[in-house]
Amino acid sequence: MTLIETTTTSRRAVLKAAAGLTVGFYLPTGAIAQQPAPAATPEINAWVVIRPDDTVVLRMARSEMGQGTRTGLCQMIAEELHCDWSKIVTEYVTPGQSLARNRAWGAFLTAGSQGIRQSHDYVRRGGAAARIMLIQAAAEAWGVPAAECTAKDSVITHAASGRSVRYGQVAAAAARLTPPANVTLKDPKDWTVIGKSVKRLDTAAKTTGALVYGSDLKMPGMLVAVPKECPVFGGKVASFDASKVSSMPGVRHVLKVADTAVAVVADTFWQAKTALDALPVTWDYGPNRAVSSQTIEAQLREGLDAAEAFVGNTNGDARAAIASAARKVEAVYAYPFQNHAPMEPMNATVLWTPTRCDVWCPTQNGEAALAATAQAAGLPQTACDVHRVDLGGGFGRRTTHDWLIQAVNIAKQVPGVPIKTQWTREEDMVQGRYHPVTMAKMTGGLDAQGNLVGLHMRISGQSILSYVFPTALQNGRDPVQFQGLNAGGNDSQIGYSFPNLLIDHAMRNTHVPPHFWRGVNHNQNAIYLECFLDELAHAAGQDPLAFRRKLMGNHPRHLAVLNAVAEKIGWDKPAPAGVHRGIAQQMGFGSYVAAAAEVSVDAQGKLKVHRIVAATDCGVAVNPRQIEMQVEGSFVYGLSALLYGACTVKDGQIVETNFDSYNVLRMDEMPPVETIVMPSGGFWGGVGEPTIMVAAPAVLNGIFAATGKRIRSVPLKDQDLRRA
Amino acid sequence: MAKLNINGQVVEVTAADDTPLLWAIRDHVGLTGTKYGCGIAACGACTVHIDGQAVRSCSMPLSAVSPDQKIVTIEGLSPNGMHPIQVAWRDLDVPQCGYCQSGMIMAAAALLAEKPNPTDEDIDNAMTNICRCGTYNRVRAGIKQAAANRQG
Repeated sequence: MTLIETTTTSRRAVLKAAAGLTVGFYLPTGAIAQQPAPAATPEINAWVVIRPDDTVVLRMARSEMGQGTRTGLCQMIAEELHCDWSKIVTEYVTPGQSLARNRAWGAFLTAGSQGIRQSHDYVRRGGAAARIMLIQAAAEAWGVPAAECTAKDSVITHAASGRSVRYGQVAAAAARLTPPANVTLKDPKDWTVIGKSVKRLDTAAKTTGALVYGSDLKMPGMLVAVPKECPVFGGKVASFDASKVSSMPGVRHVLKVADTAVAVVADTFWQAKTALDALPVTWDYGPNRAVSSQTIEAQLREGLDAAEAFVGNTNGDARAAIASAARKVEAVYAYPFQNHAPMEPMNATVLWTPTRCDVWCPTQNGEAALAATAQAAGLPQTACDVHRVDLGGGFGRRTTHDWLIQAVNIAKQVPGVPIKTQWTREEDMVQGRYHPVTMAKMTGGLDAQGNLVGLHMRISGQSILSYVFPTALQNGRDPVQFQGLNAGGNDSQIGYSFPNLLIDHAMRNTHVPPHFWRGVNHNQNAIYLECFLDELAHAAGQDPLAFRRKLMGNHPRHLAVLNAVAEKIGWDKPAPAGVHRGIAQQMGFGSYVAAAAEVSVDAQGKLKVHRIVAATDCGVAVNPRQIEMQVEGSFVYGLSALLYGACTVKDGQIVETNFDSYNVLRMDEMPPVETIVMPSGGFWGGVGEPTIMVAAPAVLNGIFAATGKRIRSVPLKDQDLRRA
Repeated sequence: MAKLNINGQVVEVTAADDTPLLWAIRDHVGLTGTKYGCGIAACGACTVHIDGQAVRSCSMPLSAVSPDQKIVTIEGLSPNGMHPIQVAWRDLDVPQCGYCQSGMIMAAAALLAEKPNPTDEDIDNAMTNICRCGTYNRVRAGIKQAAANRQG
């Protein structure tokens, strides 16, 4: 079994529970973050530590949330380090350590499917430099040229003299050498670790309950806080009566938190929650009390025909071409708010004193968490640190730190005591940062032969950047809005050439905070474009695949994945009786993906997805099995969104409060997924998100094939799928 | 005060009667392998065994548990992580983030104890746990592999 250690400053803490059972786990202890690393663990460089017992400690800046980035990054480093794979353990570096060393570990952001694609170069260089230094140390000890020595599986050999030495024996000497100025990375054709489906390094602890998540952290003297924010975004606490609950069992503090929330701090979660539920609170709901899903829809509908809009992609004159076309096709689509709903509700454990603040939490961005902590703590970043634990799901929710800032604001009121702030599922549902809500009016012109002569895609709705990073707007325009629709670039390029095209966005923001949500704006953009192309194909009396292919001549990689799924699902042969097919493709996060679905809809309108075929060209496939897992997972997330995902607004508040009203896909609805991993080489695409974007449109197009009914608004739970 | 038999040990828990078994296990007994996901018995992250049956501990108050009922958590499923379900899980790399997996494994182990060779329908009926990462197909494969290994 492979050990996973959570930070460089971990220590083994054994707590005796009150009931007499002994529970041991790694407790990342930030209060001792200032302690130097033990002298017996020489650091070769920022990424690689080799212990005398040959343990290879590889350091992680990116966070593990199930997507397999830990294992993939270890494959990168190990490819160049030539170490014994079975001796690898990993540890998270802290953003505070990185800050103190001039950002030695680069970016910590783990989002946008970029954990590997943005850091593969420098982590491989770290592995290569460490190998060179280890070999040099051995060569110097033997008095032979380093060029005569080789390294394999953590053993350095000088063949001419028949000598060999283990990495652990020369690590201390290697650590004292000057790092090489130039490092040459292996040619991809020589890779032996990258490209292999090695097993994940972190599975064992997830099968025994041993892995410690943020929710599981314990510290001596720790108390638990359960908070409640004003349920209307933008509202405040008017008053609350602490005296009604302050004498309840276990209750230590009843707090107001930053004018917008209350929290009860108690010995245990249940005591805190019980008292919070009983706490009389009066809210000042503020100006958003009257907002509802209906008012938001009206706001978005107005944008569908508004004169002003930001242009995302255009060529020719789409309006004119459509106006003079033999036939005009028009449809309006809509996509709702959705909650990330990771299985582990938001939490953070904070120890604040007037001179220092340490945080233990699951985050997708350690550096942003440190900045948020310092600001909330009222301390410089150098007096704070963030100690990461693995995430019980992220999906984008844990790239923003409202919950962490709140936890620091609570802990500040109880100095010197570690406080674990733990959200309930209900709080997690109504205080989310949501998938943006948008609509789209799609207009296409067909000539007499059924050729598409012009396409206008008007998006109306929420901009993520205007809420999250307003400084990244380009003269007010949100470039992220056009994911998958861009004319160029190597991240999210449209896969079609239209003779006349206009894609524009009427920004209509709401008081519900939007955020990056696995797949981001691809999720709705792919539905809008791929389902409407399907509509156009049917209007033109053409096969949806053939109709697309005619527009894809200049997009060979998009076409290749589309062709791959068409071939595997047998598009040119009849489907089984009663079963119908849908197809979709998209490029996003640097990768090309396509999906074909086989579905049926029974007389009562019940959908069954029988089979999914998915293809991914991510350039370099670091671990094909991990990619398969991400593709399967993308379908669970994407189909959950399609079938059930909608957060609605009433009286300014999110209505859905738990998995009973915000259902998700479960095992009985999960189709088999056949994954085609087809890396064409030469680029590094993401894999955590891209497939989500084709899940919904492939199934929706299959539903049309099955029923003749075009579903233009999700989720399907709100739709009647019975045959038209 | 409640007496509980957890993983073969009798422990005394001082907590209010309405405290869910989940929170007694996590906060009072100190075993954190059993997870909080929803608190309304919808997601199954908190699944434990009571006398061999899979039970969602978040919705079982302490007052409903008697001292003679045998509670098993993920930590007590096997002495060294070698239950056939756990072995299959590692073999197939089932978990992703892993947060729901204690509950998945406990539900799967209870299923296998009742039905040594479960059909797909048995699996659909017994495994209603939520996984947001999307491990369902590997969970299904893991159960089948564990069943095959036990019979082999």
